[in-house]
Amino acid sequence: MSDKTKKTTDPKTYKFDTLSLHAGYQPHKNAGSRQVPIYQTTSYLFDDVDHAAALFNLERGGHIYSRISNPTVGVLEERVASLEGGTAALATSSGMSAIFLTVMTLCEAGDHLVVSSQLYGGTVNLFRLTLPKFGIKCTFVKPRDTEGFKKAIQKNTKGIFGELVGNPGNEIMNMPEIAKIAHDAGIPLIIDATYQTPYLCKPFEHGADIVVHSLTKWMAGHGSSMAGILVEGGNFDWMQNDKFPTMTKPYEGYHGLSFAEEFGPTAFTMKARAEGMRDFGPCLSPQNAWNVLQGIETLSVRMKKHCSNAEEMVKYLLGHESVAWVSHPSVPDHPDHELAKKLLPNGRGSMIAFGIKGGKDAGVAFINNVKLASHLANVGDTRTLVIHPASGTHSQMDEATLKFAGLSHDMIRLSVGIEDIDDIKNDFEVGFRAARKPRLVSNQ
Amino acid sequence: MKFKVNGNEVFASTGGRPFDKNKPLIIFVHGSGLTHMTWVLQTRYFAFHGYSVLALDMPGHGLSGGKSLKSIEDMADWINSVIDAVGYKEASLVGHSQGCLVTIECTSRYPNKIKTLSLMGGAGAIPMNPELLQLAENNDPKAVDLMMDWAHGPAGHFGGHPVPGLYHINTGGMLAKSRTIKDTLGVDFRACDNYKNGFEAAKKIKIPTLSILATGDKMCPIKEGKKLADLIEKSKVEIIDNCGHMMLLEEADRVLKVLKDFITNNYPSLSK
Repeated sequence: MSDKTKKTTDPKTYKFDTLSLHAGYQPHKNAGSRQVPIYQTTSYLFDDVDHAAALFNLERGGHIYSRISNPTVGVLEERVASLEGGTAALATSSGMSAIFLTVMTLCEAGDHLVVSSQLYGGTVNLFRLTLPKFGIKCTFVKPRDTEGFKKAIQKNTKGIFGELVGNPGNEIMNMPEIAKIAHDAGIPLIIDATYQTPYLCKPFEHGADIVVHSLTKWMAGHGSSMAGILVEGGNFDWMQNDKFPTMTKPYEGYHGLSFAEEFGPTAFTMKARAEGMRDFGPCLSPQNAWNVLQGIETLSVRMKKHCSNAEEMVKYLLGHESVAWVSHPSVPDHPDHELAKKLLPNGRGSMIAFGIKGGKDAGVAFINNVKLASHLANVGDTRTLVIHPASGTHSQMDEATLKFAGLSHDMIRLSVGIEDIDDIKNDFEVGFRAARKPRLVSNQ
Repeated sequence: MKFKVNGNEVFASTGGRPFDKNKPLIIFVHGSGLTHMTWVLQTRYFAFHGYSVLALDMPGHGLSGGKSLKSIEDMADWINSVIDAVGYKEASLVGHSQGCLVTIECTSRYPNKIKTLSLMGGAGAIPMNPELLQLAENNDPKAVDLMMDWAHGPAGHFGGHPVPGLYHINTGGMLAKSRTIKDTLGVDFRACDNYKNGFEAAKKIKIPTLSILATGDKMCPIKEGKKLADLIEKSKVEIIDNCGHMMLLEEADRVLKVLKDFITNNYPSLSK
């Protein structure tokens, strides 16, 4: 064989679709059960007093109490870590609790975060209203204002947070550039990648250090269970500066343990679990972990269909007389179209924002008249979902905050499901017909 | 903790306890391209059970300064210098993979200083796969990916980390990429490949020695480990089934049980 044709050996580690089905679980260690068992228990027997002490003291791995860890939840954590290319993960009771736990692991009173302005409404309220009660302040920056992230960093800034594709306006953060800004400042970049799932984007490959998900959405897909997760990339050096003393200095809560020294690439997750789950306790139930695992088994199959349906819907909406504008990264004139090609090579996601002609009244009429599409406060279900953000998910915002978050009164947020595409379009025709007669509909 | 050896700063984890010179010393020596963190599920236990522990970052690795040492013999001498530097006259050694070559050589050179020897995934020689060696010396991250693939058994490939939420292969890979690959893994692999004295060194070892071998070890196959153990006079062999080369993490509890039985019997914590 000539040198030109000689191929180097490739690693035989399992790939994405295989990991979606198998990662985190070995049947022979669980009575041969092919399906992951649901360990519906609060607590676990200790072999003896020495074993108990060793577990409490992080000398050995294992389970103590299901608020801290649970074997079924552990399978989910390893599975998501494997799919993201992360070193470790910690599942939580919801996506919001994953964000809260991330912040509380990273920050102390007096600290500061730089945050993208285009976020889920609940996340905005956490950063804007709730975290200041804990002494943690935030500066909001528009997601496309890459330089703005740099300018907003202060001496006490402990991280940059954002949704890769903003909710609901589909503005995309330039993750590689913002990661560089964060790393130049010696702080981590935290990305909420709920909209993408690791099938569409693996943020660690683009510089993110911590990824959070609401697993309730596309990862589970079925819309049956609340769940969240934080995932650690393992590449951030907590010891490079003195910004993170609770990661690097001896921690009284574990006999002087330094998480960074002892656990290195998994230090953040270890601290989030050992301290955060112990003290705040937003644990995921094993039943919900199992439910999410069922969804993850078909993640890539579903995401392909979500994305192909979304692109069909974009074409349909762009050509529709009742539609004023369409925002989706697949649209060539979307400001982040080229960036999306780079960051989302497997598909641009299934969230579409569009403006309905006739403004707020038309939007309300549309929402009230579609039958197949479900009107509810969720995204990423296998079923098609619609909502009018200004009167729903973001209704707790005042006019100025709505504007800053890139929201308008004519905006409909569409989460495209995996139904037959013709049925979705036919349903939308009913909605649009009603929207053209808003007064008549509202009087019915 | 940090201290100096040959003018360079050395980092060693003390297992989460202050280093106490009144307790017997166990030194843990990591494998090629890795760091002290591979030992976290053994060191903390011993540190909280009557021993002083040093899980070293070899020179140029992890948090230690200096450059990677280029031969197993130099590494063996360096371990001896570590014992001197921390003010001890004796220690027990625990090695994994390349760390086995280092501790075998060290024990044969300094027989009066070493009280017990524990080898995990060891062999008398570790000739490197030429392709893997070349990738590592060329600073190609694929070297780490291949090493992680070959070094892990079922727990690594499927999952089931003893510490909830941790994922073996990605964690190991990140450790091996924490410094420049060619300067750590590349130098280490070359040192392993060049080392030819393992079997002769083993014949000189007269202290209690434990070999922990794994049935699924592709990096140092079990028959190679047994061949080495057969040459050591007071050798005990323990086999971990359904496990790969990274036994100290993949089957941490089973490894810890075997290790603590061996060390506490042969090097009791109250012996000093």
